[in-house]
Amino acid sequence: MNWADASAGWSWNPVTDLQQIWAFPFMVNAFRAGTVVAVLAAVMGWFMVLRRQSFAGHTLAVVSFPGAAFATLLGIGAGFGYFAFCVGGALVIAAIPRAGQGGSGQESALTGTVQAFLLACGFLFVALYKGFLGGVNSLLFGSFLGITTLQVAVLTIVAAAALGALTVIGRPLLFASVDENVATGRGVPVRALSVVFLVLLGTATAEASQITGTLLVFALLVMPAAAAQQLTARPALSLALSVLIALAVTWTGLIAAYYSPYPIGFYVTTFAFSVYVLARATRALNTAVGRHRFAGAGAGAGAGAVA
Amino acid sequence: MSAFTHPYFVHALLAGTAIALAAGLVGYFLVLRAQVFTGDALSHVAFTGALAALALGYDLRLGLFAATVLFAVLLGALGRRSRTDDVAIGSVFSWILGLGVFFLTLYTTSRNTGNGTAGVNVLFGSIFGLSSSQAELAAVVAGFICLAVLAIARPLLFASVDEAVAAARRVPVRLLGIAFLILVGACAAEAAQAVGSLLLLGLLAAPAGAAARLTDRPYHALALSAGLAVAEMWAGLALSYYVPQLPPSFAIMAVATAVYAVALIGVRRPRARPGLAEA
Repeated sequence: MNWADASAGWSWNPVTDLQQIWAFPFMVNAFRAGTVVAVLAAVMGWFMVLRRQSFAGHTLAVVSFPGAAFATLLGIGAGFGYFAFCVGGALVIAAIPRAGQGGSGQESALTGTVQAFLLACGFLFVALYKGFLGGVNSLLFGSFLGITTLQVAVLTIVAAAALGALTVIGRPLLFASVDENVATGRGVPVRALSVVFLVLLGTATAEASQITGTLLVFALLVMPAAAAQQLTARPALSLALSVLIALAVTWTGLIAAYYSPYPIGFYVTTFAFSVYVLARATRALNTAVGRHRFAGAGAGAGAGAVA
Repeated sequence: MSAFTHPYFVHALLAGTAIALAAGLVGYFLVLRAQVFTGDALSHVAFTGALAALALGYDLRLGLFAATVLFAVLLGALGRRSRTDDVAIGSVFSWILGLGVFFLTLYTTSRNTGNGTAGVNVLFGSIFGLSSSQAELAAVVAGFICLAVLAIARPLLFASVDEAVAAARRVPVRLLGIAFLILVGACAAEAAQAVGSLLLLGLLAAPAGAAARLTDRPYHALALSAGLAVAEMWAGLALSYYVPQLPPSFAIMAVATAVYAVALIGVRRPRARPGLAEA
């Protein structure tokens, strides 16, 4: 790819810039895929952060690397490997009670070993598949080049199915996530919901891995949702905000990666992380201002009482 | 043995043995203190540090040690408060890795000496690629880490098992914690040279986890952890030598995972101590 030919430079006019970018079919596909993945990842990530299962998301992301490498070794599309391994991993996590949580001591030693072993397996598959060493970086850190129309179609169909399933279980899942005990008492099938959600999370992780790479899935899965939940406590609003942030991050990431030689993984993580930091800062500021006002009012009232 | 006629294998064996010894000792305390997550954090930092050093034109190991030790000091200074918010921690790690990718691209595009596999080597290690001076330095540093761990082993064990009582007995708990984290950082930088920054967590956690499973007595477990780590390193190196298709880091990880799995499945602990089960 010759960057000098491909891009005439940033012109500060978004319309011409987007027109210029979208003149290339691969960029159009990248934007389509990025949009689909951002929406799915943001919605699943929102529930994941709410349910405090980000550790499970991390493990699933690690599983996706050997999956993609194994599929490449077998000569079938990496996408199949992503989906097969992530959904399989989700079922394993669901089958083992209390797996996918940090835990302490012995348990986290087990998790760490399993993760390292899975990454080592991925490395083995890559090493067995000669001449693929450069591809490791795009598997681990994402790439937006060479996404075919077929891949976009597969991503869209899977995402639509996952989002459809989530709409069906959304309400009880929200209930179960917010207060598991009360939900159990009300006859909500908490355990079944948790399994279904993990499988959906597996598909979302598999999709996100294809854009951001295995190691940077957090950027799309966790950070937008975490930022949105910092900003507002209302479920519907923060869900919408989370999708919006993920879309903005992906689009700006794609544009920035198009105009510069640096990889998309770097931009997406950096943008998402800045949004998260800003969200936390805003909240801290709000809390501080609120406390200040409260203290001021209290002092005033106290002074009034003394007077 | 024909393997020992190859200098690269001897270098790998020398460095690997010392590194495994250090990782086994440090890893045991890491598991005992439930700080395995710190190892995870250091693996991310090690990657970014190494690539930043490469991109800026310094030696890779300088970046490794500077980044991990600095980060360990930072962790120690922040204390354990921040352990609860795994979303915040995960986000920071993710961003650090993203930064590492930035340095990787900077290195591979700007320096004409740069090779495309630098990132892969940092991530997954290249123990068979160590030169004799690199191997000797790695062995010496690992030796110092071992000595330091053994020197503080007794008070550290006390502080790890019961921090409050240790503090009451005037054991400098906080100082020990920071000193230990610095050792973990140095050990992570060492292990990154052997099995790579992504897999160093396995080298730290697997032998220690197996040892903690096999015996309850702390000093036995400490020795067992170090012994297992060295044995696994040797077995992994030999496996990789005789089956050249297997990369050494995978072979080491596979042996370590297998030993841990055997310890988990094969050893039935007398788990049900009535009365303690609830706690």
